[in-house]
Amino acid sequence: MIADFRSNGHVSLGLGLLFFLVMAAVPTALELGGAARGGIAQLDMLNKIGIYAALALSLNIILGQAGMFHMGHTAFFAMGAYATAILNTAYKWPVFATLPVAGLSAALFAFILALPIIHLRGDYLLVVTIGIVEIVGIALKNNIFGLTGGANGIYGIARPEILGLAFSTPKLQYYLIWGFAALSVLLFYLLEHSRFGRALNYIRYDDVAASGCGINVSRYKLTAFTLGAFWAGMAGTLFAANIRTIEPTSFNFYESVILFAIVILGGSGSIVGVLLGSFLLIGLQDVFRGFESARMLVFGGAMMLMMIFRPQGLLPPRRRRYEARPLVGRFPSGITRSDADKEGGA
Amino acid sequence: MSLISLQNLLKTFGGLVAVTGVSFEVEENSIVGLIGPNGAGKTTVFNIITGNYRPDSGEVIFNGKDITGRAPHDIVRMGIARTFQNIRLFQDMSVLENVLAGCHCRMKAGLFSSMFRPPSQRREEKEAVERAMRELAFVGLDAQFANLAGNLSYGNQRLLEIARALASDPLFLILDEPAGGMNDQETAALTALIRSIQQRGITILLIEHDMNLVMRVCRKLVVLEYGAMIAEGTPAAIKANPQVIEAYLGAED
Repeated sequence: MIADFRSNGHVSLGLGLLFFLVMAAVPTALELGGAARGGIAQLDMLNKIGIYAALALSLNIILGQAGMFHMGHTAFFAMGAYATAILNTAYKWPVFATLPVAGLSAALFAFILALPIIHLRGDYLLVVTIGIVEIVGIALKNNIFGLTGGANGIYGIARPEILGLAFSTPKLQYYLIWGFAALSVLLFYLLEHSRFGRALNYIRYDDVAASGCGINVSRYKLTAFTLGAFWAGMAGTLFAANIRTIEPTSFNFYESVILFAIVILGGSGSIVGVLLGSFLLIGLQDVFRGFESARMLVFGGAMMLMMIFRPQGLLPPRRRRYEARPLVGRFPSGITRSDADKEGGA
Repeated sequence: MSLISLQNLLKTFGGLVAVTGVSFEVEENSIVGLIGPNGAGKTTVFNIITGNYRPDSGEVIFNGKDITGRAPHDIVRMGIARTFQNIRLFQDMSVLENVLAGCHCRMKAGLFSSMFRPPSQRREEKEAVERAMRELAFVGLDAQFANLAGNLSYGNQRLLEIARALASDPLFLILDEPAGGMNDQETAALTALIRSIQQRGITILLIEHDMNLVMRVCRKLVVLEYGAMIAEGTPAAIKANPQVIEAYLGAED
């Protein structure tokens, strides 16, 4: 399936594989390196980074690839997390069984929301998506339908289990979460290097020209939005099963802004950039937890400097390459030399 | 037989009448020129045909079907391709990818086949790259395929727009001031190119200010002034039409 990638595809894929191999070795390295309590603190942090990486990748398809200013992504993350929490605690569904439901409910919610707003231009869309995340937050806090547990949220979510194996330790959680992140990288990479990914980029650059080339702009935007929400919903399942207690504050507007910043700072449309952004924004947040107030100052300052000096992000996307060199000079020209001379001389 | 027929088009923007009572036909495999002073409504007529504007009244019949008010992407799929007066390339993408945009509507791969890559998807991609390279060679830009579109010269950007439009396999091609910003040599090459496009069996409607080019390639001319048609006929007849001379060509002689 992955056999015939073009030259730079091999390199990217090789690098990706290397990265995830290194990541796979981290828990063992922490144990061998004698980290305190088997590196539980570090693994917890890496687990959060992994979930946010998958989540940011799902936002990247909307914000980075299609260029839609969407700052309400945690609304879909919340949908997924609450779907899992409710089905698991109230209806005793196994966590993995809730995964598709979490994804689909977030996708359906996104689809219905997006239908009337999908044609809006950048700034208007931004305002509406901010509204969405606020409304979802308020609905959760007010214990909507008596299901969400209000401000206390839902606790006692079970560990995911498959074939008798429970992902009960931070280490096993780590493998699950980073496995999901790796899958996200692979699928979004394939998507980016395809007709679908190209269409989103045409729309980002110029939607009038894109529709003039035969691209159904609304349909593609809607698909990207729904797909991103689907993935965010599934990330929500992993999140709920990882921290086991969810509450509305985990999905507030601030988290949405952080996600937005991960994509923009990392490099809009760049998978590697989004991964780096997740490590920087989530990881450093944790490292600097001791300097609570200064943390935001540094964060804000870094944002401003980035937007001034490197607006394209830390690692902007590389251009797709095509193996077309052998085709140069093989096809006839419509501008024959004699014609051109004749016209020029006339 | 006429490929496209415009019937009594009316388009207003607020109180401004942009186009009124415009009716003409374009014969299959002919080259028709649409001329007139700046602001005469030429581009508005184009935008009505391509679905970017919906006319207040009137009809556009293409290939026997009423396409009035259809969405632009549907109209491309039905076989009408266009270039833009103010070049609208995807500047930060490669030359080849710009042409692949034109191939888009003739491809099928959706979300899932993009993710899971069955053999049909890979074959389609390969064919699309080949088709795009064929169109690039046709306009003489195949060696530049890996360059950024924004790095091409102005004249070459216009040619790239034509290649992108041709990649959608049109029956009818609409060129909006293709010679704008071109030097004499480039215009001569463009003239040859337009004839080659016609030889491929494609019908062409052309807006152009370069009278030399228009008179040379068009079989029929339609003249607009203040949104209304003031003349229609062969280049020779148009040249001799006193109303046209007064409105437009008079400045030339």
